[in-house]
Amino acid sequence: MTELFKARNISLAFGGLRVAQDVSFKLAAGDRVALIGPNGAGKTTLVNLMTGDLAPGNGRFTMAGDDITGFSIAERVRRGLVRTFQTTRLFQTLTVADNVALAIMQRRRITRRVFSAATERPDVRAEWLEILALLGLDRLAYRQVVELAYGQQRLIELAIGLALHPKVLLLDEPAAGVPHDEAPKILEAIDRLPPDIAVLMIEHDMDLVFKFAKRVLVLAAGRLIFEGAPSDVTADHEVRRAYLGSYADARSAS
Amino acid sequence: MSDSATPAPPRGLPMIPEASGALAIIGLGAIGYFLFPDDLAFLTRLIGITLLVLSLDLVTGYCGVATLGHAAQFGVAAYAAGIACVRGVTDPIALLGVGLVAGTMMGLISGALITRFRGLPQLVLSIAVGQLVAALANKLSWLTGGSDGLSGITPGKVFGLYGFDMYSRTAFLFSLGVLLIVFVVLSRFVRSPFGLMCRGIKDDDLRARMIGVSIYPRLVVMYGVSGAVAGLGGALTAISTGVVGLDSVSFERSAEVLVMLVLGGAGHLWGALAGALIFQIFEHIVAAANPFHWMMLVGLLLIGIVVFAPRGLIAPVMALATRLARKGDA
Ligand SMILES: Nc1ncnc2c1ncn2[C@@H]1O[C@H](COP(=O)(O)OP(=O)(O)OP(=O)(O)O)[C@@H](O)[C@H]1O
Ligand SMILES: [Mg+2]
Repeated sequence: MTELFKARNISLAFGGLRVAQDVSFKLAAGDRVALIGPNGAGKTTLVNLMTGDLAPGNGRFTMAGDDITGFSIAERVRRGLVRTFQTTRLFQTLTVADNVALAIMQRRRITRRVFSAATERPDVRAEWLEILALLGLDRLAYRQVVELAYGQQRLIELAIGLALHPKVLLLDEPAAGVPHDEAPKILEAIDRLPPDIAVLMIEHDMDLVFKFAKRVLVLAAGRLIFEGAPSDVTADHEVRRAYLGSYADARSAS
Repeated sequence: MSDSATPAPPRGLPMIPEASGALAIIGLGAIGYFLFPDDLAFLTRLIGITLLVLSLDLVTGYCGVATLGHAAQFGVAAYAAGIACVRGVTDPIALLGVGLVAGTMMGLISGALITRFRGLPQLVLSIAVGQLVAALANKLSWLTGGSDGLSGITPGKVFGLYGFDMYSRTAFLFSLGVLLIVFVVLSRFVRSPFGLMCRGIKDDDLRARMIGVSIYPRLVVMYGVSGAVAGLGGALTAISTGVVGLDSVSFERSAEVLVMLVLGGAGHLWGALAGALIFQIFEHIVAAANPFHWMMLVGLLLIGIVVFAPRGLIAPVMALATRLARKGDA
């Protein structure tokens, strides 16, 4: 399978806290990977490193063979590396439709136009309408994001991700905060993505992990301690210790 | 909120914002021209400053750039047009062109410096740029007239037909025409993909970068557009008043237009327009009625507005309009 993304020996420390320690992995076309690990393991930090929001102390990232370690966030996105945020980051004063339309227009390189129509351009409108309908958000299209419930905002994060037509899609806990009856829409939307893209999902809900992932990466204290099939992960000794350890820590801290 | 599955597109015809802007400006202009024929000189100056407030709205209201140096764009263009006129370029349209180019250049330069930074450093840098321009205008007195100001600006006839008269009729109508065109063009511009993206950048620049946008070049371009608008205001002021003084590049000018913008409501062209009109007319009337205490009254007005309409006078009006539109949908 074609390799789309590779992390090689990535390390980063915040002061004395080592949040990434010699992390290496690959994402290939068609991958559906879950990244799991206890709270504070460094999962979000790893995504921040991959997208260029943070620079690694050590290590290289490559996409389709090209070194992208020094690339800006925007350059990586233009190469198809797209993320969603665990804590939503949306254009709060714009409408839901504008949020998705901006992503569509940016992907299609028409956001430099200064006099043409924007969100209501027929082809742009057709596209955001389809994405919003898929996630059950279409009736909220003309509401300002700031007026919406948090769970709905989480779904807009995913809508923007889909609108960018990613090659590598990184989802940081897409289901967290989403009401239970709407959560299946997330997997539905991911199922409809082109089969040749790679999706990496950070998730705590193991039901969702088992439904989604063909491969699981486990991160604990900044170190990748397991890589393999979902069916093997619960049996793995080190993984159990990492999770138990974090629970023990949490208990002694409280 | 209706329950239908597909949302209705926003109500209204495609050209409505442009048309209503044009009508409002023509209406207000007619009121000024016919009801206040003795105040046309004041109203002409008002239009020049209104263009500067619109210009500031583009960078502050639409992009979230904090600046207290925006008079630089206005003043440099006013001097450029004034100097060109003194040296023989007397056609008013050509002088507007000079102001437009000078304002754009100054905007691009300021933007390239100021938008590199965010927050307080950005604000301080904008003040520094403004002060630098003011100091240069003072120092280069052989060119600018220094503290005496640049005078002897006598432009020719508009389109070779309408000379500038002592009642400021021509100057007023000429300025009104420029304001009309600028407002209509900007109404379209701010709703374009580029304009919408600027509002997105203002809301959350990390989100904007995460959809693939390079922020810096966009902000610099916006600064250039803003400079062009301010430049037209500066050139108009030079043409219609016949003098350019150090006040046109002063810190006070920059601060005052920021106050007007906040008063009216940043992030809406209507807010900029309303703020510029209300502040200047209020100032004009109060200063004439009570020359000793007018500053105090202006201060009280501002405090009142910040307390009761913190997002500007236009915000409650906009909220009402949206509510009415929603009611119409249901
Ligand atoms: N910018 C930062 N500066 C300093 N420390 C940070 C920073 N960002 C994260 N950390 C710390 O790094 C560690 C890893 O954080 P991270 O958010 O990556 O964890 P996570 O695995 O995503 O956890 P969760 O499951 O709770 O989302 C935490 O201890 C966190 O407090
Ligand atoms: Mg996290």
